[in-house]
Amino acid sequence: MSGRQSIGVAACVLAAVLLPLLFAGPAPLIVRSNYAVNFGFLVLFTAFIGQSWNLAGGFAGQTSFGHAAFFGIGAYVSSILHVSHGWNPWLAWPVAIAAGGLVGCFMGVLSFRAGLRGSYFALITLAFAEVFRIGANSVPFTRGGLGMLIRADPRAANFQFRDPIWFYYLALALCCLSLAIAWWLTRSRFGARLAAIRENEDAASALGIDAFREKVKVLTLSGAMCAAGGTVYAQKYLYIDPSLAFSVDKSVEMLLVTMIGGIGTIFGPLVGASVIGVLGEVTRELGGSIPAVKNAQPLSVILYGIVLVIIIGYMPNGLLGLFRRRRALRQAATANAS
Amino acid sequence: MSLDILLAGIVNGLLIGGIYVLVAVGLTLIYGVLHIINFAHGSLLMAAMYAVYFLWRRPIGLDPYLALPIVIGGAFAGGYLLYRLVIGRMSHGKDENILLITLGLSIVIDNAALFFFTGDTQTIEVPYAGRLIEFGSALLALPKLVSFGAALLICLLLGLYMRFTDMGKAIRAVAKERQGARLVGIDVEHIFAVSYGIGIACLGAAACLLMPSFYVSPSSGHAFVLVAFTIVVLGGMGSFVGALLGGLLIGIVESVGGLQFGEQLGQIGIPLIFILVLLLRPTGLFGGRT
Repeated sequence: MSGRQSIGVAACVLAAVLLPLLFAGPAPLIVRSNYAVNFGFLVLFTAFIGQSWNLAGGFAGQTSFGHAAFFGIGAYVSSILHVSHGWNPWLAWPVAIAAGGLVGCFMGVLSFRAGLRGSYFALITLAFAEVFRIGANSVPFTRGGLGMLIRADPRAANFQFRDPIWFYYLALALCCLSLAIAWWLTRSRFGARLAAIRENEDAASALGIDAFREKVKVLTLSGAMCAAGGTVYAQKYLYIDPSLAFSVDKSVEMLLVTMIGGIGTIFGPLVGASVIGVLGEVTRELGGSIPAVKNAQPLSVILYGIVLVIIIGYMPNGLLGLFRRRRALRQAATANAS
Repeated sequence: MSLDILLAGIVNGLLIGGIYVLVAVGLTLIYGVLHIINFAHGSLLMAAMYAVYFLWRRPIGLDPYLALPIVIGGAFAGGYLLYRLVIGRMSHGKDENILLITLGLSIVIDNAALFFFTGDTQTIEVPYAGRLIEFGSALLALPKLVSFGAALLICLLLGLYMRFTDMGKAIRAVAKERQGARLVGIDVEHIFAVSYGIGIACLGAAACLLMPSFYVSPSSGHAFVLVAFTIVVLGGMGSFVGALLGGLLIGIVESVGGLQFGEQLGQIGIPLIFILVLLLRPTGLFGGRT
């Protein structure tokens, strides 16, 4: 089999796998069961926060290991305002988003001013998330390790819904919004400047791009978006605690779905979140059917880790990259023929 | 805080710092030679601690100190193979890929431990665990004193190895100038894998020394990974002496911070130091050269 043929076969197999996945997100629109609604919510929600990671990590090439910092800030700011100060959660939401943006701006200014790049930037974001986690564990107004419980009062005016389908619609809307933002990044001059920085920061600076400013801007945007997700999460599950909100696992989840789907692409996080969602369900079902397996949850996470290593080793552009490579080959062939 | 308590805190911190030194020396060696950040460092330490635990348990029943050569050898072989089969092959020589690959490895190792060994914490009981030795006003646990001494001894041996043996010289040559090393006939890929193996072997030694006074659970790696990174950046990436001084310093900071601010808030010192060093003095306190 020639190289082109094998890529074609791989793409066909991939399409057969991916097509059903396209229904992972919209499933609740077809089947209205609680299971489908919750599953669809998780896929779209993960795609949304994954996209927030993708803005900085994918489009601008600033790999972060600490996006949980923004997620947790979003969840905690809205919950503190709501629970301790009696704010309406809908009003607290924009404040939480602004707080996430502010933290992103702050982190960006500090680390980019110091010239941190690549792995160093990744590690310092991880350390920032740790500072927030330990802080939230220790100060009184977050109620420490006990976490914050939001009183159940299912009214739409209260950002709580009796029917979970409304959270699903909210996640759907947020996901579409995030896709629009990503699409805008591929079209706008801002996005072009970020791509230039990602490909070669020194060359971009030489062309007159203020790399520091653009990077701070994108991290601010990314942080605000991620914080928006944090508030939704807190309102959906009505509970938040430090090791949930600021965990490394949360940061890794966002990175993982983007890497698997295709880093720096519009649909990468959505594809990745669908794959992860389906993989998780399948391993849970299979693992649950084997009596010796008591807890199948780690099994699915092991699988995610293996998929991550394979993606980096063999498919650096993620699942979507396979399609792109095929299209590029075809275009090259037509160009040669003409 | 009274002076006595402060002094006891400092001495205890120094003793913990000895183990940190051992963990950080492995990390700094891997960084210095391969220029990669080994995110799986904590998880591999956790895996080595489980190895010590299972060697101690029946039916084998091996004392953790006697297990030292076995675990060190096993860790070296494991590290060498891990680099040869996974890290080196998957990264295609790109540094930023390695961070993500080692992240993937740490996810796999952590969750494999969770799956096979459950989330319970495991401890081992040795007859000398409770032995205390009076040192001024402080009472010191014997296992901690032993681990401190042994950790420093292993660091010294490693330093001599790097200084005087052919392999050590080859490793240093690759660390300084890998293209030049390749030109004079050094098998660079082999040196990479050996360095990674030695780095992991340090973790094996640390695991044996830790277990008599510590516990292991699948999340143990998390507790160490940021500490090790902090020590390495504090001492200057790739610097042995820096890792030594940084490890002892971090041990003291953690111990005294815990006394002053309580168990919870006391932990905040480590990520804060990490951030401050990276922002203000990225070459580290002791690493003058870049």
